[in-house]
Amino acid sequence: MPEPVLRMEIIALGTVQGVGFRPFVYRLARKWNVTGTILNTDQGVVIEVEGKEPSVQSFINTLSMSPPPLARITSLHQHQHHSLKGFKEFSILKSMSLHKSQALIPADVALCKDCLDDILDPHNRRFSYPFTNCTNCGPRFTIVETIPYDRLGTSMKSFPLCSQCRMEYEDPGNRRFHAQPNACAECGPQLSYHDADGKKLKAFSPLEEVARSLKQGQIVAMRGLGGFHLVVDAGSEEAVTRLRKRKGRKSKPLAVMTASVDEVNRFCILDNTAAELLQGVERPIVLLPRKESCLAEAVTPGIAEIGVMLPYTPLHQLLFLQPDCPRTLVMTSGNRSGAPIFTANKAAVEGLCGIADCFLLHNREIMTRVDDSVARISRRGVQLLRRARGYVPAATVLQQEFPSILACGGGLKSTFCLTRGSEAFLSQHIGDLFNLESLDFYRESIYHFKRLLQVEPEAVVCDLHPDYLSSHYAKELNLPLYKIQHHHAHAAAVLAEHGIEEKVLALVLDGTGLGDDNSSWGGEVLLADCLDYERVGSLTPMLLPGGDAAAEEPWRMGLSLLFNLGQNEPEIQFAEKQKQRALWQMMEQGFNCPVTTSCGRFFDGIAALLGVCLLADYEGQAAMELESLAWREKGGQDLGGLLENCSWKEATVCSDNRLILQQDILVQKVLNQLTDGRAAATIALDFHLCLIRSFFDLLCKLAEKTGVSHIVLTGGCMQNTLLLEGLFILLEQNNFIVHTGQQIPVNDGGIALGQAIIGGLRHVSGCTHESNRNPG
Amino acid sequence: MNPGNTILLDHGSGGIASQELISQIFLKHLDNSILASLEDSAVMENHPGKIAFSTDSYVVDPIFFPGGNIGTLAVHGTINDLTMRGARPLCLSLGLILEEGFKLDDLERVIVSIAECAKSADVPIVTGDTKVVPRGKCDKIFINTSGIGIVEDGVNVSSTMAQEGDLILLSGSMGDHGITIMTRRAGISLDGNLASDSAALNELVALLLDKLPSGSLHTLRDPTRGGVATSLNEIAAAAGLAVEIDDQAIPVKPEVRAACEIMGLDPLYLANEGKCLALVAPEQAAKALQLMRSTAVGTDAAIIGSLKAGKAGQVVLRTAIGGSRIITPLHGEPLPRIC
Ligand SMILES: [Fe+3]
Ligand SMILES: [Mg+2]
Ligand SMILES: [Zn+2]
Ligand SMILES: [Zn+2]
Repeated sequence: MPEPVLRMEIIALGTVQGVGFRPFVYRLARKWNVTGTILNTDQGVVIEVEGKEPSVQSFINTLSMSPPPLARITSLHQHQHHSLKGFKEFSILKSMSLHKSQALIPADVALCKDCLDDILDPHNRRFSYPFTNCTNCGPRFTIVETIPYDRLGTSMKSFPLCSQCRMEYEDPGNRRFHAQPNACAECGPQLSYHDADGKKLKAFSPLEEVARSLKQGQIVAMRGLGGFHLVVDAGSEEAVTRLRKRKGRKSKPLAVMTASVDEVNRFCILDNTAAELLQGVERPIVLLPRKESCLAEAVTPGIAEIGVMLPYTPLHQLLFLQPDCPRTLVMTSGNRSGAPIFTANKAAVEGLCGIADCFLLHNREIMTRVDDSVARISRRGVQLLRRARGYVPAATVLQQEFPSILACGGGLKSTFCLTRGSEAFLSQHIGDLFNLESLDFYRESIYHFKRLLQVEPEAVVCDLHPDYLSSHYAKELNLPLYKIQHHHAHAAAVLAEHGIEEKVLALVLDGTGLGDDNSSWGGEVLLADCLDYERVGSLTPMLLPGGDAAAEEPWRMGLSLLFNLGQNEPEIQFAEKQKQRALWQMMEQGFNCPVTTSCGRFFDGIAALLGVCLLADYEGQAAMELESLAWREKGGQDLGGLLENCSWKEATVCSDNRLILQQDILVQKVLNQLTDGRAAATIALDFHLCLIRSFFDLLCKLAEKTGVSHIVLTGGCMQNTLLLEGLFILLEQNNFIVHTGQQIPVNDGGIALGQAIIGGLRHVSGCTHESNRNPG
Repeated sequence: MNPGNTILLDHGSGGIASQELISQIFLKHLDNSILASLEDSAVMENHPGKIAFSTDSYVVDPIFFPGGNIGTLAVHGTINDLTMRGARPLCLSLGLILEEGFKLDDLERVIVSIAECAKSADVPIVTGDTKVVPRGKCDKIFINTSGIGIVEDGVNVSSTMAQEGDLILLSGSMGDHGITIMTRRAGISLDGNLASDSAALNELVALLLDKLPSGSLHTLRDPTRGGVATSLNEIAAAAGLAVEIDDQAIPVKPEVRAACEIMGLDPLYLANEGKCLALVAPEQAAKALQLMRSTAVGTDAAIIGSLKAGKAGQVVLRTAIGGSRIITPLHGEPLPRIC
């Protein structure tokens, strides 16, 4: 008796489009001798197979056990049909649109090894072609305009395939089968080289010209994958300084790109994990400890780390192969101060006029702006500090499902988050929402996400702060609106990322965020879950003389710390006498001196007292320089050992039902050390150790009081590796279960996810926080 | 304290003490025939046109400050409010609420200023009232002024008249009044001669209305509380248009800028008491600017931006480095935003 034949329908959800899924399934069907069809829909990939039962089973098993490398299957629905269709072969059907979408657009993927071989091989028809890609690599999210993910819905629609590319595209056995951006020199996008005014210059090889310009120390504006970069020779002090001057970027660290891990070794200390991350398909900028090296000092002045990335497009690979190309290039955002990076040729040429000496352009339009991601290796592995290229638009899967929610994020390093069912889609890094261009980028991206995900939010969530542009935006939507406390959102983002449902003690060390008492918070311990929180600990409130001006001028916080000690006007001179006098009077009168518990501002104040940084020209500069100083002092010493030898004990008082850390005593210690003439670096390290011990003690006390053993570490200050690692060491030694943001940034880039989950839960449960219940 | 030199509850009784106060302080300085008749209400000649009517109360602390006092504000404020609708102010009322124990000398100083301001603006105080409240029930002196003005036929000035393409003129420097009051209040000593800009704008506006072609002056607004930032947001919202202004074109005195920097304040959000915004059809803007500058209160006038198509109600500030900051109306006191 012949084995029975059956028909199965399979719906694959997750990242299953644009990742070589269909050719993979096609080859699989051949292998297991089943017939049927595969179809990309905006509800996912629909597969129908007919065959003998064991063949069909093997087919499904292989698909679920070992899918193609870039695919991420979130579910595989199976349904057996009783009638047969009598398929003769296995075929790939033309994509069709259905209405409710479950499809995901994949993130952009770095050039694969096979494609690299193609462009390096003089006999290959893609030799030296800078837009080479296949189903395993290439642009995705950046070129997609509409779903389903198909060539006609991308910016490749203006490049009709040549006959050879079409053959590859249509051949299920080919690596480029349905590779939507497939192209070659004959039919695909092209480079062009332009002068400072944007005039196109005749160039046999634009890349050769660019390499020569770079060698001469010129600034090149280069159109890349998700936007423009400004590029200079990282080995030339003069060139880097000129770039800084023209861009008006005095000291903010610049990222670099170099050809290989071996090259990275010349100027950074790196281990295997770091090397792996550098070479991974996401290819983020990785922050690595800097060696004394061949790079210009001006690349990261005052900072012990440097952001490094490896080439992620064929264009980058080919550039480094040019004989004239410098070995390491500064690759910084091609934008005007504070605005998003340029994506369009015309806007870039106009906007970067006066900065760039020449332009390397191409004619493949960038549909979605995506910055380079920034990551670091922490104790827990990868920790993303800026989540964009390579990671977006992957979803975070939540523990619960609710109607679609739009969470609008914060003010700085903004992102938003849109949910669909139990999936939360955190947007790419948008930037600081102060200016028109960023706001436009924000609005356009929200529109784009809604279209790609085919959802219309039912409720909207924003920060408690009424003056963030994101809060204004949220209010204008006229949807049910939930306002979420900033640091609760920080904590909830970590809970959402790791699927934690129990109550935790969240230590949120941050810049400033509005508290539910209308004061500025930022050094808090919250007893929190995804629905609500209680503020159980904090720093002692400090004055923020001049409000936001205190964040830009750390010396103000230095003076504020001295004021808090209750002393007379100090001898120490931070600024012009009259200015300093006026600030002291402002504090005495309480004039424009909001109260804050911000840990970020506390770091600023200590950095000022040590003379490390009095005026900041980028966010977090003082704290970063203070940390760098402490690292230098630490050298090869073991952090655990140092902490063990640190006998500092926290001092707390209980007030308003919370434990308040008296950081004044630590300030006094710093001052005493200064008086004793100890070096700033020594004091900086000691300060970090004492602060870590203080927070650890505080958490222990609160854990005992609440019986909670899960700890969350988050907030912008947790980007300080010394602080984060130190806390991890002490907490884990004492059997706490510790969580922090890894795929989701601990800085404000992550709060939209936290807002989404809190807002979503409140929306469906009707519950709300105590402070929201009281009118006014 | 010698009670003879301070306000007593009796001064508000309507009895002899009140009469003395009226004759020895009010009539002595605010002398005009209508007020002097001491009738229950002032009766005015009829004028052709529409009537504009406005009222405002003044509770500023401190009451004396460089550049003016609570009295100058009370006169200028209501004159300017009338003027911002294109009205020619005709007369004012003056209502005083005095705290028991307020110094008579200070009262007289305030009344002298009120008289001077009314006279130089040519807008008489035609009716008035005084009440005295026990100590602590008010702070020294509160003033209410109301005013009547005449809008000539054919004049129509309002936020809703603003049109795409209109140029935005500002009659002078920003923040002088706000920063002066704030530094005084906080007892902060700073260099430079910070002084309030308290002034009447009726002469400047009359000149614009007289000399510009009819219908070319669309909107007037005095950026008092909330400053020019708030006024522009209101104008943009009312007009359903976007506003774009150039940071470098906005006049701010160096000492005001320096004080703002130290105190962490933004001059665009600070109050002014003698400045106006004027939205003018583009072809008349140069002439309007010239007219403004020809007046004593408008010497620093500037064209600061324009009304554009775009997101309704959005105000964008173009900065020197090519940035474009969004200027939003604040909820209340500025809260720290930097995370
Ligand atoms: Fe934050
Ligand atoms: Mg008024
Ligand atoms: Zn490839
Ligand atoms: Zn081709």
